[in-house]
Amino acid sequence: MWSALLWLAPSLALIFGVVIFPAYELIRASVSDYSITGLRKGSAGLKNYTDVLAHADLWVVLRNTAIWVIVVVALTIVISLALAQLMAKDFVGRRIMRWSIIVPWAASLVITARLFTLILDYNHGILNRLLIWLHLINEPVDFLGDDRFTMASMIGVGVFVSIPFTAYVLLAGLNAMPTDVFEAARVDGARPSQIYRHITLPLLRPAILVASVLNLIYVFNSFPVVYTLNDRNPGFSHDTSITFSYKLAFKSAEHSVGMSAAAGIFNVALILLVVMVYLRLIKWKEVTQT
Amino acid sequence: MTTETLPRAPIRNRTSTLRRIRPWLLSLWGLAVTAVFAAPYAVMLLDALRPSGDVLASPPSFLPRVWQWSTFGTVLGDERFIAWLKTSLLVATSSTAIVVVVAVPAAFFTARFAFPGRTAFLLLVLITQMFSPTSLVVGIYREFFELNLVNTYLAIILTNSAFNLAFAIWILQGFFSSIPRDVEEAANLDGCGRIRTLWHVMLPLIRPGLVTAVIFTFIAAWNEYVVALTLMQDDAKKPLTVGINSYVTGYEQHWDQLFAASIIAIVPVVILFAAIEKHLVGGLTAGSVK
Repeated sequence: MWSALLWLAPSLALIFGVVIFPAYELIRASVSDYSITGLRKGSAGLKNYTDVLAHADLWVVLRNTAIWVIVVVALTIVISLALAQLMAKDFVGRRIMRWSIIVPWAASLVITARLFTLILDYNHGILNRLLIWLHLINEPVDFLGDDRFTMASMIGVGVFVSIPFTAYVLLAGLNAMPTDVFEAARVDGARPSQIYRHITLPLLRPAILVASVLNLIYVFNSFPVVYTLNDRNPGFSHDTSITFSYKLAFKSAEHSVGMSAAAGIFNVALILLVVMVYLRLIKWKEVTQT
Repeated sequence: MTTETLPRAPIRNRTSTLRRIRPWLLSLWGLAVTAVFAAPYAVMLLDALRPSGDVLASPPSFLPRVWQWSTFGTVLGDERFIAWLKTSLLVATSSTAIVVVVAVPAAFFTARFAFPGRTAFLLLVLITQMFSPTSLVVGIYREFFELNLVNTYLAIILTNSAFNLAFAIWILQGFFSSIPRDVEEAANLDGCGRIRTLWHVMLPLIRPGLVTAVIFTFIAAWNEYVVALTLMQDDAKKPLTVGINSYVTGYEQHWDQLFAASIIAIVPVVILFAAIEKHLVGGLTAGSVK
């Protein structure tokens, strides 16, 4: 027991010092009353929580969060499955393709997001120019200002930046598969679609699980894309719960650290719940322990 | 390779034609994928090479109206940029070093020994993985505010280390468990103590896992935004992700410099990635995808 403590002490110190303690501070802040300058004025009881629950935009924010997480993760996994197949094949130009897929991963999310605000811009965005040039549209589309397109544009960028990591995890899973199974299936006369459905996908299950769980966590917690693409729109109409809680403290009429902390607690509880339910649904234990 | 999906088609001619054009088809797909992933960053490069006013011209032009080759020189000669670059390097390398030093003993011990509290520890690691600095940012700010560590490198180094620790422990633990016990026992018989066994025998065997953990931590720390944005107030102490945003504010608009700086920040990471790509794919396999 004591030797265990010795080997684990540094990790425990870091986790408790910089993850658990801030979580505790967050809870404390969520029941406190703060002045504009950040000084604690006293206890607020549960007022911050009831304020968040009574916030006029709460349901819009929750709906946005659900759409954002589900659509981005689902699209990312489906596209990455196809992409990983292509990455595993041998052809001229494969290395260049793999490097290009790395770029959005290596680039800072904030910068990629800022780049896309420019590319998607109504007046000087190059995408509108390109689409008009290709005669796909007649006049520019306001991708980031028009309510019909804002969420779709955010999702597009979200998928774009989530694919690299996901595709690489799935590629690793493909590479780890035993080849003789495929040989046997082919000798038995299985069609490619049958091989994919009955052999590749089941064998890829652990990799898909890891990729989806990590993506659920990353996409839910994703701040820069939602925050930056949506910077010019007032209010909370396209915010997810993460940017909502940030804006409550630092960029809104409320300017309330306490309310932001309470919203943060809801976030942590929500992601825990989502991941636990997901792990439950797909029977996590059986996968990690084999 | 694993996904060689061509069936033994009954019609000979068709098969041979397909076989002949198949590599070209794959290359064509590869080219399309490369274009999709590289295009936004090509736009970034072109925007770095034109005067800032041209970036915001309406209608936009695909190629710069005026080629401005001096942007990269301007950015590299900018003292602020050099200071941000130094901060990013310092923060990313220190955080990565701390994560490795802290995660290796914990991963080794939990992979090798059954001890009371092992499940609790692994659960704690899993929960930590679900937290993001963004959702806890208010708590993190409160903690460092009370410790008087706001605006210090130490604060963001510790934060980056703590939030990337879980992934590293997770990956490394998978690697340690995959090493057969005989290897370790042989080393013990030869008179190696536990620490020497770990250092001389185990670490070389888990190199792909180490590479994976190092790269993930480095990228995450290099691209971290929210905590640095909240904690660093001195302009000179900001990391690149936060600092370069001051090229485009309400007061000055240097889009060319913003993008040139971004490219300078991306290139080293892409090169690093390309160099270790092979290890990375292997690392993801054995570690997270058993």
